[in-house]
Amino acid sequence: MPYTSELNELIKRVEATRPGRVEAKRRGEEFPLLTLKEREERLKKYHPDFKKGSRTEIRVGVNKGYSISPEIVHLLEAKSRVNPDVIDLNKIAYKTDILILGGGGAGTAAALTAQENGVKALIATKLRHGDANTMMAEGGIQGATKGTKDSPYYHYLDVLGGGHFKNVPELAYTLVTEAPKVLAWLENLGCMLTKLPEGQLKSLHGGGTCRKRMHYAADITGAEIMRTLRDEARNRAEDIKVLEFSPAVELILNEHGHCAGAVLYNLETEEYFIVKAKAVIMATGGSGRLHIQGFMTTNHYGATGDGLVMGYRAGVKLCFLHTVQYHPTGAVFPEQAEGLLITEKFRGAGANVLNIDGEQFVNEREPRDVESASFIRECDEVGKGILTPTGKLGIWLDSPMIDILMGEGAVKREFPGKFILFKRFGIDISKDPMLVYPTLHYQNGGLEYNSLCETSVPGFFAAGEVSGGVHGENRLMGNSLLDVTVFGRIAGVSASLYTKDKAKEGKLNLDHVRRYHKELEEAGIITDRVAPMLLPDYSNPKVRERQLTAHYVGTIR
Amino acid sequence: MEVEANKKEELVPIFIMGKRYEVPASLTIQKAMEYAGYQLIRGCGCRGGICGACGTVYRFPGSYKIEVGLACQTVVQPDMYLTQIPFFPATKSIYDIEKVKPAIETLVKNYPELLRCLQCNTCTKSCPMDIEVMDYIAAGMRGDITRLAELSFDCVMCGLCTSRCPAEICQYNIAILGRRLYGKYVAPRAEHLASMVREVEKGKYEQMLRQLMDTDEETLKNLYSAREIEPEQGDEYWTPKDKTYL
Ligand SMILES: Cc1cc2nc3c(=O)[nH]c(=O)nc-3n(C[C@H](O)[C@H](O)[C@H](O)COP(=O)(O)OP(=O)(O)OC[C@H]3O[C@@H](n4cnc5c(N)ncnc54)[C@H](O)[C@@H]3O)c2cc1C
Ligand code: SF4
Ligand code: SF4
Ligand code: FES
Repeated sequence: MPYTSELNELIKRVEATRPGRVEAKRRGEEFPLLTLKEREERLKKYHPDFKKGSRTEIRVGVNKGYSISPEIVHLLEAKSRVNPDVIDLNKIAYKTDILILGGGGAGTAAALTAQENGVKALIATKLRHGDANTMMAEGGIQGATKGTKDSPYYHYLDVLGGGHFKNVPELAYTLVTEAPKVLAWLENLGCMLTKLPEGQLKSLHGGGTCRKRMHYAADITGAEIMRTLRDEARNRAEDIKVLEFSPAVELILNEHGHCAGAVLYNLETEEYFIVKAKAVIMATGGSGRLHIQGFMTTNHYGATGDGLVMGYRAGVKLCFLHTVQYHPTGAVFPEQAEGLLITEKFRGAGANVLNIDGEQFVNEREPRDVESASFIRECDEVGKGILTPTGKLGIWLDSPMIDILMGEGAVKREFPGKFILFKRFGIDISKDPMLVYPTLHYQNGGLEYNSLCETSVPGFFAAGEVSGGVHGENRLMGNSLLDVTVFGRIAGVSASLYTKDKAKEGKLNLDHVRRYHKELEEAGIITDRVAPMLLPDYSNPKVRERQLTAHYVGTIR
Repeated sequence: MEVEANKKEELVPIFIMGKRYEVPASLTIQKAMEYAGYQLIRGCGCRGGICGACGTVYRFPGSYKIEVGLACQTVVQPDMYLTQIPFFPATKSIYDIEKVKPAIETLVKNYPELLRCLQCNTCTKSCPMDIEVMDYIAAGMRGDITRLAELSFDCVMCGLCTSRCPAEICQYNIAILGRRLYGKYVAPRAEHLASMVREVEKGKYEQMLRQLMDTDEETLKNLYSAREIEPEQGDEYWTPKDKTYL
């Protein structure tokens, strides 16, 4: 749907202020950045994390008393999908050295290094291999690679500043020092990172960076990384097996308390089956599809926080889940594109953000949480948001500036994916601005782990978005693709080493699930909720009413 | 609000695998299927036009034309009759990226059927991403790895081209082989990256980083606030004033 005549009228105000703003940009004049203190105030007043009712205490498990989003607490305070007394753990369907849960970036990277360390890996994943948040990342991957102006020292400072200085230092250290190595690894695998003619990696700023260290592959960086890693895994199919449409629903421990496999669910035949392994890596990614506080999301269909639930039941602590990342620029128009991510790179390339009068109200390169809070303030408090035909509020993102600053055709060249997409909807984003609003984007926290990807349960490793600590309370753009490749690779190595000298054979059990159920009961939580969720529920309620003989377990039929 | 509610209710007929459903006119095919009562397992991944899970073909009554689209990106149109093709068997050659050459021999050895292309252009017409599929296949037949990589870059590997190719070619797997050959062997290497890796491995940043890790929050905040910011419009060769930590 092209812009309505009302919106076209409003666009004129944006056009009116554009020449002045472009001039200012050329002179290097920026809308002033907020000081650390101002940032803090803005967050406290306007960020959804601080809204009343945005947190609830968890009543059971190792983090009893920790307050996080109620949508996640609901899943933690739910029963297993399997009855430990009914399922037969002696019927083993698959045996492997390492079982990797999740075929996204972290899981696939782990499989590759595991294979290089001489062990067999089995990836069990919910949808197809690569149907994952990694595939969707657009903007880029950070890494200090240009020694004439940048170093891991500055990268570290940026990571901590973004994370409100709460990050686990050892994890942040690993992230920034491994970054150049991981980029070289990707280059060597044939990943088409965007380069200058002489071979230098092109790099841009991202929110909260002090040096331009956002490397990218046009505007589909994650897809390029994901499809390269997946292709490489398929080349090693002898040692890396993949089970698609087979999400994990529960971890299995053994008599020594070591993690020794998982219960998988075949989404198509609706069977549960057992995988026995010497070590398990959790790489199930994030939880945007929980639609926290009703926000729209950028995440893929399977991002339902399953790994948190399974890990928590097995006794692994959760951390940094009290903050949730909203991406400031999710599309709010046209309706079909709602929630879709408009990469931060648009702002990195110079596009201003503007209110209904075409005025700037915040620097476009504040960290994500501050930027989002500023949009919410401008819409809800200042009242200068732009009303869409479906009654939503939005902010202008002035993409045409990029063509003016970088030369005609720049938007089309640098953002081919978004350009084509909006074109199909009848909007030329090199001529007209886009309407955006914050959208649920990233699970800042997750399972607690260390820089070797070990968790508190022997034989159980975690990597990627499912884990927490490296980004502190807020992740910066480009540090997550980095996170999943860095820690995915480490998890593969650590788990391989573990299988060789620490893993102990033993009888399988689901006693932790029994204990957890008992704890729920003791806490007075009587519920028929089940978790993990596996898939969100987008069914039509009217259809559901007529499905007289259908039976839903949680959200799936 | 009233008007809006009415507007939302405007329903159009579509035919999902031949069966008629009435769905709101503003929905994508994907959301329309959910509205109709489907719970998607196959044919739905990113919901954002990049994973290629949701390739869909459709026609309109009275027209011979086969139309294609990604279900998550295509808005329903009245009377369209459609089916998703969530999976189509494909060939995938196994190769060792370390041992192959960026040349036509590699493409032909791994995918001999490449040379069977009839240049019928069906693949291009079946691509929901508007990629010049036949042209990248032609580039492959000429051994032009660069062109193959560039032309196929936006491929989401949905497989619609493959489902219709009379020469039984699996275009998208040839394309990714081409892109990886390009990325690894044809594109010039990033020298600055290699030298940074050497410096990190030599431990050049070790001490300064360890020092930062032990610094208290107040000092960190000051260091953070005092960072020199590279100007947005500065060029590749900008250097900071303070080079102590480079
Ligand atoms: C639209 C978008 C844009 C982004 N842009 C950027 C960017 O520019 N730069 C950046 O650094 N980061 C970006 N991110 C963030 C980044 O892409 C993700 O955080 C990261 O890729 C997560 O990788 P992962 O491997 O941990 O999880 P994923 O890639 O999500 O993989 C998890 C996999 O596990 C599977 N799974 C889930 N549950 C189960 C289960 N129960 N059993 C088995 N398998 C399961 C999923 O289906 C999926 O395949 C973006 C994210 C999104 C959504
Ligand atoms: S459909 Fe097959 S035969 Fe026809 S042009 Fe494409 S690759 Fe060649
Ligand atoms: S080239 Fe083929 S696989 Fe790739 S997007 Fe187009 S139709 Fe899909
Ligand atoms: S669901 Fe991924 S492309 Fe449509």
